[in-house]
Amino acid sequence: MKKILECSELAASYDGRKVISGLNFTINEGDYVCILGENGSGKSTLIKCLLGIKAPESGKIIMGDGLKQRDIGYLPQHTDLAKGFPATVTEVVLSGCLGRRGLRPFYSSKEKELAKQAMARLGISDLAGRSCRELSGGQQQRMLLARAMCAAKKLLLLDEPVTGLDPAAAADMYDLIDELNKKDGMTIIMVSHDVVKSLDSASRILCLCSSDHSFYGTPEEYANSHISSKFIGD
Amino acid sequence: MFDDLRIMFTPEFFGAILLPALIGGIAVTICSSLLGTTLVLKRYSMIGDGLSHIGYGALSVAAVMNMAPLKVALPVVVIAAFILLRLSESSKLSGDSAIALFSTTALAVGILVSSKAGLTNDVSHYMFGSILAMSKSDVILSVILSVVVILTYVFLYNRIFSVTFDENFAKATGVNASAYNMIFAVLTAVTVVLGMMMMGALLISSLIVIPTLIAMRVCKSFRGVVLTAGTVSVVSFLLGMFMSLLMNTAPGASIVIVNVVFFLLFSTIGTIRSRTGRS
Repeated sequence: MKKILECSELAASYDGRKVISGLNFTINEGDYVCILGENGSGKSTLIKCLLGIKAPESGKIIMGDGLKQRDIGYLPQHTDLAKGFPATVTEVVLSGCLGRRGLRPFYSSKEKELAKQAMARLGISDLAGRSCRELSGGQQQRMLLARAMCAAKKLLLLDEPVTGLDPAAAADMYDLIDELNKKDGMTIIMVSHDVVKSLDSASRILCLCSSDHSFYGTPEEYANSHISSKFIGD
Repeated sequence: MFDDLRIMFTPEFFGAILLPALIGGIAVTICSSLLGTTLVLKRYSMIGDGLSHIGYGALSVAAVMNMAPLKVALPVVVIAAFILLRLSESSKLSGDSAIALFSTTALAVGILVSSKAGLTNDVSHYMFGSILAMSKSDVILSVILSVVVILTYVFLYNRIFSVTFDENFAKATGVNASAYNMIFAVLTAVTVVLGMMMMGALLISSLIVIPTLIAMRVCKSFRGVVLTAGTVSVVSFLLGMFMSLLMNTAPGASIVIVNVVFFLLFSTIGTIRSRTGRS
């Protein structure tokens, strides 16, 4: 197993309050990691650190195999972003290639091809010329996932990907993520509130329980630990 | 009426007054519509308005102190743009109330200083604009700065799109979003100051906001909005100027009215299209 990302003794705060400390975990290529934790437990702060938007207070994030933080494909938490914004699906997906461009100002045909492939992979090729304000919630998430795939070399980071979707669209989204993990070999890190689904699909669970206590292990280990009882019920 | 027109197109009037005004005006209109797209979509529409009032204050103070107006107003407005964008990002004081606070303060200072010094005439130029009174050096400066704004915009187009659409994602792909916001603040400030001399402090924000609103009624893509907004703003400018010469109305106000007519027209087209299902 090749290591793709490692956090060692990570500490970070949000608004001056320490939300993460002494966090350790290692993610291997092909893993499907679910991050669980209550609101305010530091999930968003951890994501910002992983993406390199925020510098950790102490500790290290080590990327494996020549990957850089900008090579992580990121699907942000659902917002009303695309509502009323005049942009075609192609324009949005293509903007995922920006990190690859470095300082060169315009996209090449190689990047346009990449965007086309990502749209085809997610089954939204027929929406390419549509405006993103005409899309349904599920279609919008697919578009944003395609954008993330343009940025991703091997690792996708998904922040609550099914929030705001109806049950059918949510199930579709989960199937798609499973497929990307199993068929395409993408490493997945997903923030989720859906414990049952997480235990079902994930290969690893990271639970941010409190600022100085966390759990990292397989779903079986998690289900057997006393921490899970709070989330699962009994 | 047509006698008036004939006088207007005498070589003397055309070459000395009308042509420079048209060149400077077209340059500034293109800039303001380009930047306007991002400002409107990021919900910063009022920043243009706020900056123009701050510019008015700075220009009044400069006029009273007998300093070159542009040299004072440009840096003041650039700094104000930084501060306003910063305030909109953090949230101690919400963006729109911060703008209201800054702009009315600057406006009050401007009016206070100029009324005390009895300079109301000069300063009302900045309030209502005086495109036909732009000096040759004003026009040259407008054109140079506009070219800089347009080139910067074209080269940063893809990044500007990404930062406008989703700042967090842009940051995650390694785009230095705060640097682009800074560059954007400077470009906006420069455009607002130039536009003020032409359209006046009261009307410049219409040049920034309305072309984008017009384009958004009918365009699906970001690129379409940018190109349509640019084209519509230039056409409205030329029609507005023509109307003002023909009917002897104030140029700035005429341009705004033409813009509003286009807005109504495009809104109707947009509505009809979505009714017939070809949205």
